[in-house]
Amino acid sequence: MIEIKKDIENNYLLITVEGEADASSSIHLDNSIKESVEDNHKNILVDCTNLNYISSAGLGVFMSHIGEFEEKGITFIIFGLSDKVLNVFNILGLDQLLTIKGTKDEALSEIE
Amino acid sequence: MNLKLTTKSISRLSLILGILLWLSIASIDFLQVWAERSGVNLGLSEQVPRLLLDLFFISFIIYYRVRIGKAETSNFIDLLWRVFAIGLVTTIVSLAIELFYNTIAGTALAGNTMFRTLFDNINFAAVIVFLISTFTVWKKLVLYQKSRRLVVLWNVFEAMLMASIFFNFTGEVLEDNVVFKILFGVLALMALILSANMKWVAYLNFKQKWKSILLILLVTIYLIYFFRLIYVASQDILGFFNSIDNLFIISLFTFLLSYSIFSLLVILFNLPTSSVFERKLEEAINFQRLSQSIQQGENENQIFDILLNSAMSAVYADVGWIEIEKLDEDPLLRSRNISRVNLIEAKKQIDQGKHKRLLKNPLEKASDEDRILVTIKKSNFRSALIIPLKVQNKIAGHMYLIKEVSDGFNKEMINIINTFASQASISIENFRLLGEALENERYKEEINIAKSVQRALIPDKLDHDERFEIHAFTEAAAEVGGDYYDTFQLEEHKFAIVIGDVSGNGTSAAFHMSQMKGIFQSLVQLDLSAKEFLINANTALSRCLERTSFITLSYFIIDTDERTIEFSRAGHCPTLYYSKKKKSAQFFQNKGLGLGILRNDKFGDFIEVNRMKFEKDDIAVLYTDGISEAANSKKEEFGYDRMQTLLDQNAHYDPIMIQKIFISKLYEFCGHKDLNDDYTMVVIKFK
Repeated sequence: MIEIKKDIENNYLLITVEGEADASSSIHLDNSIKESVEDNHKNILVDCTNLNYISSAGLGVFMSHIGEFEEKGITFIIFGLSDKVLNVFNILGLDQLLTIKGTKDEALSEIE
Repeated sequence: MNLKLTTKSISRLSLILGILLWLSIASIDFLQVWAERSGVNLGLSEQVPRLLLDLFFISFIIYYRVRIGKAETSNFIDLLWRVFAIGLVTTIVSLAIELFYNTIAGTALAGNTMFRTLFDNINFAAVIVFLISTFTVWKKLVLYQKSRRLVVLWNVFEAMLMASIFFNFTGEVLEDNVVFKILFGVLALMALILSANMKWVAYLNFKQKWKSILLILLVTIYLIYFFRLIYVASQDILGFFNSIDNLFIISLFTFLLSYSIFSLLVILFNLPTSSVFERKLEEAINFQRLSQSIQQGENENQIFDILLNSAMSAVYADVGWIEIEKLDEDPLLRSRNISRVNLIEAKKQIDQGKHKRLLKNPLEKASDEDRILVTIKKSNFRSALIIPLKVQNKIAGHMYLIKEVSDGFNKEMINIINTFASQASISIENFRLLGEALENERYKEEINIAKSVQRALIPDKLDHDERFEIHAFTEAAAEVGGDYYDTFQLEEHKFAIVIGDVSGNGTSAAFHMSQMKGIFQSLVQLDLSAKEFLINANTALSRCLERTSFITLSYFIIDTDERTIEFSRAGHCPTLYYSKKKKSAQFFQNKGLGLGILRNDKFGDFIEVNRMKFEKDDIAVLYTDGISEAANSKKEEFGYDRMQTLLDQNAHYDPIMIQKIFISKLYEFCGHKDLNDDYTMVVIKFK
């Protein structure tokens, strides 16, 4: 089960992801990122504080948008990853391609 | 075989005996006539001809019992025909004698008592044969679908009747003897009671009833004719037979006549109801057709046709149709006696008509399951019945039955239609389930093929030399999986070993895994460095993986001459390595990036190349995340620490043992064997 919430703040879009991103629920994650890109948000922050688990399919969702972010000059920042989930990002090497921050403040300082 | 012979011989024996007895009776009569004429006393006891007569009756009773007793009980018309035929022959014989006498009337021959005796004997024998044969058939009819009580009553009656044969020894006559009168009264009463057993009549159809009436009527006429012949006509020629005094014959007559007349009346009164009986039978047959239609390989439309035809004939509907709603299609329509234009018009009228809902099933509250009776005005059609057809718990459509008379449907009809409709539903459900089962069976077959194809993609022999041992284990969560490992001997002492994991699992992962196998087997031939291999593999995969799919891979080149390992990691789980020198296991901490994530030239920048020397008894454990991330019911992961400790503790074992310990510890930790990811491990131990 996954729960995705979108909040539009001053100069960024905040996507809050909670629960588990597995093969079936990742589709929702993919859809909300797609929408955000289509809505021309230039700064997208993803709060993963309450993301307990991510499967390879969930990682695939983040990975698949990297090229697009670069093309469109979108700043895409993930923060609040638990150690366990962060480790999964690191092993795959996604930490080298995505901006991953520890806290929301750190993430915010990145866009100012 | 023995039994057959005996019944046959009994019937022959009794027939011959009967004929012989008749001949002797006739001879004695001749002798008596002769003796009377010559004034000679024969000194013959009165009882001798009586005994012969009784034995003659008994012979023929036995004969017919054996002959007719074997005949098929349910073929009533045949039985009646048999009685009629015997009656016809006897009547013709009797009439011929009568005719002969009439033509020779007044001649000397007519006065000849010898002649008279001969003919009367023939006549008498014929009548007796007819009476006894009719009695045997009537017995069969009375006892059709017998009850215990009836059998008892019949047996008493038959026993008394048989006993009455010997009553003639008393020489008494009906008119003067009280015992005779009482016995006759009792027998006649029993005959009347038994005559009420006519169950066989119900099983005749309309045509058979008419035939039966004709045959029984003729039999009754014979009976009356013979009765007259024996009892009335004998008045003129006194003193020949004592048959008027014979309790057996008079009782027999009484029974045969009463049963004949009763049957005639009963069949006559049953004539109008026979169509109802036939209809019930037809309904039962239709019901059977509905239930059996599956076995005959008919399709759904044919089942609906049978339903419509059966329902229409059961309620005498003038017009009817079945409408089945279909997804994304025009509704299926099967109609009888109505054109499409008229059908639409009739539907409109039904909508406007006065509706009366009939909740047939009190357990079903949904109103769409109601049977609806409609009274229509201002139309040729006056009443309609609408029955919802339910298939697999959903209303699949409706059956419309329409009549040109008002109030055309009674409760009985609605009940029978309900039965038809639910039987049709069952048939269709069975039909669909059968189809689904076959489809599933086919899918299973396909997936089994996929499974065996994938199994063939995994090497059953791993390349190695005497300087290291290698052992692998893999298990897929579904029938097919996305885990992959392979080996290749590059040179005499140089080996490539790969382990990989496709994102996702199941069928799509299995497809990508087979692509990976192809890429490995092609690129490995080029004897590339680990980094070059991964760059080329990434380029190839970038062209064939889906947008959100990637593959993680670890690639090893082992040189057993130089005792070195060169390795690169493409986002795959870090290899667990036990160093004998350090006496501890550690995970390799090298950088990398999964294949297919970065689909351009920059990929190479993210790949590190590592080289190291291996020592004797060093161990490399290659695995997929199905092992490291396997979770128990508390959602705790098996994890890196447990794996590290396990290897530390079991490093002295050979690769097979290490793998077995890992997997059994993994199952122990998870508490169940059906993990929800594919899991693979390859254990290498150097020598």
